[in-house]
Amino acid sequence: MSELDKTYFEKITFRDALRLAMHDSMKEDDKIIIMGEDVAKYGGAYGATKDLLKLFGEERVIDTPISEPAIVGSAIGAAMSGLRPIAELMYVDFFGMSMDQIGNQLAKIRYMFGGQIGAPMVLRTQGGTGRSGGAQHSQSLESWIMHTPGLFLTMPSNPNDAYHLLRYALKINNPTIFIEHKLLYNFTGKLDKNKPEEVFGKAKILKEGTDLSIISYSRMTNFANQAAEELLKYNIRAEVVDLRTLNPLDRETIISSVNKTKRALVVSESCYTASVPSEISSIIFEHCFKSLKRPVIRYTGEDTPVPVAPNLEKNYVPTVEKIVEYSKKLCT
Amino acid sequence: MSNTNTLLPELYTTMRRIRTFEERVSELFIKGETAGTMLHLSIGEELGATSVGRAMHDNDTFTTNHRGHGIFIGRGGDPKKMMAEIAGKKSGYCKGKGGSMHIADMQLGHLGANAIVGGGIPTVVGAAMSYKYLKEERVSVAFFGDGAMQQGILYESMNMAALWNLPVVFCCINNQYGMGTKIDNAVGVKDFSKRAKSFGLNALHIDDLDVENAYYKSKEIIDLARKHQPGFIEIECYRFYGHARMDKSPYRSDEEELVMRKKDPIANAGLLLEKNNILNKSEISQIDKKISDEMDGAMKFAIESPINDESEIFKDVYYEEEYEPISVEKRINKILSI
Repeated sequence: MSELDKTYFEKITFRDALRLAMHDSMKEDDKIIIMGEDVAKYGGAYGATKDLLKLFGEERVIDTPISEPAIVGSAIGAAMSGLRPIAELMYVDFFGMSMDQIGNQLAKIRYMFGGQIGAPMVLRTQGGTGRSGGAQHSQSLESWIMHTPGLFLTMPSNPNDAYHLLRYALKINNPTIFIEHKLLYNFTGKLDKNKPEEVFGKAKILKEGTDLSIISYSRMTNFANQAAEELLKYNIRAEVVDLRTLNPLDRETIISSVNKTKRALVVSESCYTASVPSEISSIIFEHCFKSLKRPVIRYTGEDTPVPVAPNLEKNYVPTVEKIVEYSKKLCT
Repeated sequence: MSNTNTLLPELYTTMRRIRTFEERVSELFIKGETAGTMLHLSIGEELGATSVGRAMHDNDTFTTNHRGHGIFIGRGGDPKKMMAEIAGKKSGYCKGKGGSMHIADMQLGHLGANAIVGGGIPTVVGAAMSYKYLKEERVSVAFFGDGAMQQGILYESMNMAALWNLPVVFCCINNQYGMGTKIDNAVGVKDFSKRAKSFGLNALHIDDLDVENAYYKSKEIIDLARKHQPGFIEIECYRFYGHARMDKSPYRSDEEELVMRKKDPIANAGLLLEKNNILNKSEISQIDKKISDEMDGAMKFAIESPINDESEIFKDVYYEEEYEPISVEKRINKILSI
């Protein structure tokens, strides 16, 4: 990284924004360590921790054995004892291995122990489709986490949010699960380090509109953005809402947007049933019942495991074309 | 007292305090004053908690399994606050929100009891990573039962401890039963210290009713861990009563219980105290009486302590108070008011 001291980037990748966030936080706080499979010498399976070993040494950037439960479990112990670990699980699918430590331990420590202590740590991971990773390397498991009180959950869609959300998560004391999308690492955008807008627990309206609200997060936000551009050709002005954090969830922005537009399409890569869009839809039904002109549509991945074949995988998750199609139908 | 070098009176006292505490927990249950029935007593197992606990330093830390009352008493836990926690009262260690299986106290280095078998084991690995990084001379000890010897997380943790030379000790209190399943029906090879050795840990197997011997042996392992040579201690004992308060042990015979309950570390320590002219019968009775009064007081404290305010449900979910969850009732009323 030759641009470590720069504070403004017209164009930076999502990956480099994350690396800068870890770098800047580690420089400020020597209690931050990084631990996970291949995070040090390899630089992370998707390159998010590249060069950090050289900069911070092996005491702070630690390659672990392939032991996902103990990676999370030991990060918890370290967090309870004075450090602020960034633990990395290479794929969100591996949460299946670690779910006891994540769901039974990390999420509940503060509560079970009557508020005596927390586990200030960030668990970074990566998920989603797009690389023919198959059923065990492509999932969107955010509803597992969102259904578990005690864990903050963030899924940024662009480099600027990724930087500021990670920086924020490394300052607060509650544990945060940070899910990155595997196809976003090369996604570019601007980064202004000096403008840490309020990102945590605040949805962002990326495009203002009057005809429907397209509510999304992570990579699907960018699909929603593209669809909204396309919809202008049909004289439909879509409001694009990027949730950014799923817990805390910015219910107010969702509700006020849909009360204004009166139609809602909730887009995510996860399965359809009992998903984050299921929760968002309920909130909309509960709070926008009188203003809704059409039922809320959940547009998600299918209720199947993720297939490998590229043509099947592409159609397993929402597409820009269909977001446009469903939006048009909602507005007629 | 004739032998002033011996730790036996102190160790006897600790073991007796553990047992009397557990007996009072049982009484508290019969009085209907405990929060639930998930009370796992360690009567018969006091030697491990006492000897290993005594070998640790004041600023050392530990986690326990669900059967952890004794270990915490061995590490200085206050019976009043423990009993109140077991009763689900606000005056308990965790405001009554953790209960018997989740007692913790950061002041005394108790990083938490755990209701998931093996769940608290990697915690000590992480704690030891901190001590190593922060250059603090502290050891962290995971206490668990023979059941956890069959959990994968233990071996991941042992491997990490050995790989990174961490100040960690894994302590298995082998009471012969995983709930109702006898160890013979749960493991192929019963020699647990062999497993630990194969990971590169210093390993110790204690099958000895003499608590003072156990203390000196355990101390060697803990002292080595302080020099970043992680270790493993297995202590053989017998769970005198059922798995939890409601378990009447239908899976084992009365004969077995009668024979095995003779392996009583407290009775043995009492005999040694007399035999070696350290304390006489009446001095021992005085100790017992004092402990009995103390534990009666703990029980009384728990019973008389006030219950929690209902708003306590929503506290401590998140570190940052502004994210306190909204009650379902408030959510419903808001929807109905639209």
